[in-house]
Amino acid sequence: MDIHEYQAKEILSNFGIKVPPGALAYSPEQASYRAHELGGERWIVKAQVHAGGRGKAGGVKLCDSDHDIQLACEGMFGRKLVTHQTGPEGKGIYRVYVEAAVAIEREIYLGLVLDRSSQRVMIVASAEGGMEIEDISAERPDSIVRAIVEPAVGLQDFQAREISFALGLEPGLTAQMVSTLQGCYRAFTDLDATMVEVNPLVITKDRRVLALDAKMTFDDNALFRHPNISELRDKSQEDPRESRAGDRGLSYVGLDGEIGCIVNGAGLAMATMDTIKLAGGEPANFLDIGGGATPERVAKAFRLVTSDSNVQAVLVNIFAGINRCDWVAEGVVTALREVKLEIPVIVRLAGTNVTEGQKILARSGLPIIRADTLMQAAERAVAAWRNTAAERDASVTDEPVATASPARARAKVDVPPEEVR
Amino acid sequence: MSILLDGDTRVLVQGITGRMARFHTRDMIDYGTNVVAGVVPGKGGEEVEGVPVFDTVKAAVEATGAEASLVFVPPPFAADSIMEAADAGIRYCVCITDGIPAQDMIRVKRYMHRYARARRMVLTGPNCAGTISPGKALLGIMPAHIYLPGHVGIVGRSGTLGYEAASQLKALGIGVSTSVGIGGDPINGSSFKDILERFVEDDDTHAIALIGEIGGPQEAEAAAFIQEHVSKPVVAYVAGLTAPKGRTMGHAGAIISAFGESASEKVEILLAAGVTVAEHPALIGETIAGVMNETA
Repeated sequence: MDIHEYQAKEILSNFGIKVPPGALAYSPEQASYRAHELGGERWIVKAQVHAGGRGKAGGVKLCDSDHDIQLACEGMFGRKLVTHQTGPEGKGIYRVYVEAAVAIEREIYLGLVLDRSSQRVMIVASAEGGMEIEDISAERPDSIVRAIVEPAVGLQDFQAREISFALGLEPGLTAQMVSTLQGCYRAFTDLDATMVEVNPLVITKDRRVLALDAKMTFDDNALFRHPNISELRDKSQEDPRESRAGDRGLSYVGLDGEIGCIVNGAGLAMATMDTIKLAGGEPANFLDIGGGATPERVAKAFRLVTSDSNVQAVLVNIFAGINRCDWVAEGVVTALREVKLEIPVIVRLAGTNVTEGQKILARSGLPIIRADTLMQAAERAVAAWRNTAAERDASVTDEPVATASPARARAKVDVPPEEVR
Repeated sequence: MSILLDGDTRVLVQGITGRMARFHTRDMIDYGTNVVAGVVPGKGGEEVEGVPVFDTVKAAVEATGAEASLVFVPPPFAADSIMEAADAGIRYCVCITDGIPAQDMIRVKRYMHRYARARRMVLTGPNCAGTISPGKALLGIMPAHIYLPGHVGIVGRSGTLGYEAASQLKALGIGVSTSVGIGGDPINGSSFKDILERFVEDDDTHAIALIGEIGGPQEAEAAAFIQEHVSKPVVAYVAGLTAPKGRTMGHAGAIISAFGESASEKVEILLAAGVTVAEHPALIGETIAGVMNETA
């Protein structure tokens, strides 16, 4: 789970990390008032969205006057910020953070991540602050300093000092740097984070070590023991279909293609998407319905997948282990009677009780296209999608209104606001 | 021979009184697995499917000589159960539980290292389907009937994709020596390389199927190991060619966050190490049949 910059700063400052004075605003008026409260002559107005690369995308503005703040806010509130991390649809801006500007001498990159090679927490730092870590590792790999933390004893001061000296910080700043690193590590482990990124961490002209930006991601599997962190979830920053799927215990990722997928198991779901692509189609989504494919679960999955107006065919691929194909088939039939789809449905069943499952599908009288193997299923799905696409194109010229499915009509209402670039 | 598990292995089930655990305990016993004990704190003295239940793993090991454990304990308590097994002298532990916090797994791995290598428990999972040595024993939740006994060792991260591979092999009349699920989590007990080391030494395994997916460094590590130490033919498939960068695809560990973690990069690395790569999942069985014919 991701949180906003201002939330991450509040958390980190509770762990002793120094941040510039700042305040949150939900409207341009509030932003002006907050700037007045903060005092000073220069402020930074920062769009609060769950994505990096805000600066380049116009989501961070330096302001010298109240007028500047108003202008900056008008360019942000209610719009979508498109950065290289958000995808073309962008993320909505509903809050901004107003921060007192500071005089910067140096910028440093600091990140804490779960390192999968050592299977421990790793601290990554670089003297090239302000750049994205991907760019630093591509362009200046030698500037990256790494330290792996022994989990039994935690981060040691000598490791923090080594990082400080490796970055070329003057000795007078070592103590501040050590306490910053220790605070980040404690926040990471105490709150079950999977990522803490301070980019940039700055040295100010008046010799202070400050977190100018902060990003934290938390382990979804550990939220059960952090109710305070769960409260920080901001659904406005999530894909609504993915949030809905998550709330129903399904694992869904929306993609750009036309063939919807309903599969049990994450690995098989990815393999199914790959096979669709190989057969000449594009998957519309990743969806793992997990074990225990009850009729209700399958029906939910159908509703979710077809709520995407791009979907023109649905491929169901279930390898029944503990599930039984006859149960899954009942689920598909019940779901299809309830959801009443107008697009082709291709079903491939394998595993336990497959013959009984096929019989149930055949007897239902529903226009289900059956397949025996993964490849066959993908080929039939692509063929069916091409047919519907051709029919749709043909009928659009005849009677454009009648062909608009309810899903399409709904999608039209949701016109994205103007994008900030 | 088979790796990790055979018909004589004395098995205990942690969390045996749960609905899922009961169901699979029955299934494992029916398959011929030597299930000797269950452990649920506070339920010592009860019986599940004819299996005696103990309060602690230590008590179960003392009374029954259990050597292997299957963990069905819910995520908040699973790490504790794995460490309990390691401390009680369990030799091999499979953790089925999905959703264990990553930092709990870091602690588990650190804890296991307090024992010398010879005494250290082997852990596979969490978030896996388990291990099966077909015709001998089942320690997991997979549908046993799709595995024929034979000479292909399977190691994979995904459960159902592993089923797909095993059933393709069965359709071709090819059997499996042992199939091991290492799970879909970012911090896991055993890596591909750990399991490959065992297949290399197992005379009953003539060829190896490695079923990977996007995310993490373990496929690349496996490739380096194969190039140096594996003379048996290895066939690999990597799921997730169509997966976008930076998005978690179902498994907590299936996310492309660094170079070498996408499916196409992993395929390249494996090919360079001399591994035969199945181009798509429907070809896993045929590709294995191909390399086995070549060596036969």
